[in-house]
Amino acid sequence: MSHLAEDTTTVAAAEGTPGAGLGLRALTKQFANFTAVDSLDLDVPTGSFFALLGPSGCGKTTTLRMVAGLETPTSGTIHLAGKDITHQKPYRRPVNTVFQNYALFPHLDIFENVAFGPRRRKVAGIDAEVHRMLELVELTSQTRKVPAQLSGGQQQRVALARALINKPEVLLLDEPLGALDLKLRRQMQIELKRIQTEVGITFIHVTHDQEEAMTMADTIAVMNAGVIEQMGAPDDLYENPRTTFVANFLGQSNLIDGTIRSRDGDMTRVDMHGIMVSVPRERTHATDSRGWVGIRPEKVLIGEEGEALDAPGNTIPGGVISDVSFVGVSTQYLVRMPWGQELQVFEQNTGRRRIFRTGDRVELSWRPEYAFVLDHAQDASAGSQIDDE
Amino acid sequence: MSETVRRKGITGYILLAPAVVWLVAFFLIPFYSLLAASLFNSDGSDFRGYTMTYEWSNYWHAIQDYYPQFIRSLVYAGFATFFCLILGYVLAYAIAFKSGRWKNLMLVLVIAPFFTSFLVRTLSWKLILGNDGVVVNTLQFLHILGPNGHLLYTPFAVVMGLTYNFLPFMVLPLFASIDKIDYRLIEASNDLYANPVVGFFKVTWPLSLPGVVSGTLLTFIPAVGDYINDELLGSTQTRMIGNTIQSLFTEANDYPAASALSVILMLMIVVMVLFYVKRAGTEDLL
Repeated sequence: MSHLAEDTTTVAAAEGTPGAGLGLRALTKQFANFTAVDSLDLDVPTGSFFALLGPSGCGKTTTLRMVAGLETPTSGTIHLAGKDITHQKPYRRPVNTVFQNYALFPHLDIFENVAFGPRRRKVAGIDAEVHRMLELVELTSQTRKVPAQLSGGQQQRVALARALINKPEVLLLDEPLGALDLKLRRQMQIELKRIQTEVGITFIHVTHDQEEAMTMADTIAVMNAGVIEQMGAPDDLYENPRTTFVANFLGQSNLIDGTIRSRDGDMTRVDMHGIMVSVPRERTHATDSRGWVGIRPEKVLIGEEGEALDAPGNTIPGGVISDVSFVGVSTQYLVRMPWGQELQVFEQNTGRRRIFRTGDRVELSWRPEYAFVLDHAQDASAGSQIDDE
Repeated sequence: MSETVRRKGITGYILLAPAVVWLVAFFLIPFYSLLAASLFNSDGSDFRGYTMTYEWSNYWHAIQDYYPQFIRSLVYAGFATFFCLILGYVLAYAIAFKSGRWKNLMLVLVIAPFFTSFLVRTLSWKLILGNDGVVVNTLQFLHILGPNGHLLYTPFAVVMGLTYNFLPFMVLPLFASIDKIDYRLIEASNDLYANPVVGFFKVTWPLSLPGVVSGTLLTFIPAVGDYINDELLGSTQTRMIGNTIQSLFTEANDYPAASALSVILMLMIVVMVLFYVKRAGTEDLL
């Protein structure tokens, strides 16, 4: 494991140095009649676990394939560790891929699958290296089996070992857990995170599963229609989305039509169908006089009509419960507001409050610091209709 | 469960029956008579009739008299198979991976020659390779062929004919094999530092081996025994074993020798195929 430890230290030293990691500039890929990736700019710092998250067809896999060299960009550049690799052949790039459905060589056993890269590069000490790698993914007892004899989770780990053994600058993972069942997927998420921490290699993980991205990645770039909508730490993206797409694709959001009345001090005052609410200035992403007031369902408090809720600032009266679904840990309500819109509310079942019934009159409330305001020009339902496959 | 198993047994026999009857009547019985004929007295004739004398020396004489034709057949068929493999592999690869929406049309074109008779197609090669044909004239013009040089009635013409006639038998199994290869495996090999040439020999070729084995067998076996190509495109200097058997049967009426040659040819092919398949590591194909 000594070589891996060495790698980790060099990686730590390089971290944060601009230009040291992977950089994409104005990267564009056009197919016959549509633009898969549209002038993408992206910097992935060395040693990070980076997720490219988006619905199918958003261009994330195409981006990954361009980084791997399996697809030629129409325009733009790809830099890795300060070098231009835009037109470098895939077999010359210090980049390896864990393919969707793994693409293990069916005619080679596990050992030879993992040894494939080192053999091509004619490095010394292949046997020891392969065993070390199989140890890392806990597959030492399966070396002489062929891929078809392994379970999905084991195949996934072979694919990972086969890529990692080459100590690439960047490891690309294309929906690596997509073919696994839910339980195994959770297990592999933790496993992947552990391995990434251990080897310290930059992981770029492409997925359409927002939960998977949030569990594993340090940084997430949300991609939609060939461009990056927003990039940041998972909690940052979730708590402070800048676009309606991010607000809806990453979790759920209530988006309410509002008119911005004033922007004084550090608060924006928004008229929401006659009810004034406050939103912090740094969470106001609308430049116009109109905007979408956004609030996550679990941030909304629900109470009896006229009840003073623990949420100074924004109180929205006049709601009527139109649907109740009891999930166990929480209860999910749909509340019809006086202006006709139904808002979602998730209430923890702490037992402190009774569970409301359809038709009950309620009052909603939330703390100003949880709300955000988005540009009114954006489609309020963007990102919410996408099927999670 | 047990009921279905029992019923499956009976169904199996019923389904096998027509083919078994057919094979017994049209393969096993003729084969038996061939075997018997190969052991008849060699001085028999159509007039005097034949008697079963267990004349094992028929085999020895057949080999002694006709071993050049045997060797020639193997060499010609070997070359034809080799050329078919090269041409067929490139073609099958292109159809499988590069033809896009033209794939089905290309496959139809591969089979298209079967719509005309084998004989007619071989005869047309006689025109193509003929002494005043385009090919010979061009080669003479380029001084590749001397002024009196010719192609027809040479081993070259026979091998060309065999290659042409058996190419589809090579292309189809190769296509079936190559088409099944997941293209992502080739991408994965490129991703793992194999350049396209290395990737081909480490991934595509081994994965297409079942097609290579069945394609070469389907080409080589009929080519060894073929006599039409040699009859039309060859000369007395290029006689293959198929021609010898044919003329012994139909012209010389030497049934014992012809039968012995047939049996030897068959045994030789069976042994070679077993050896080949064993070497290729694809026993599970048979």
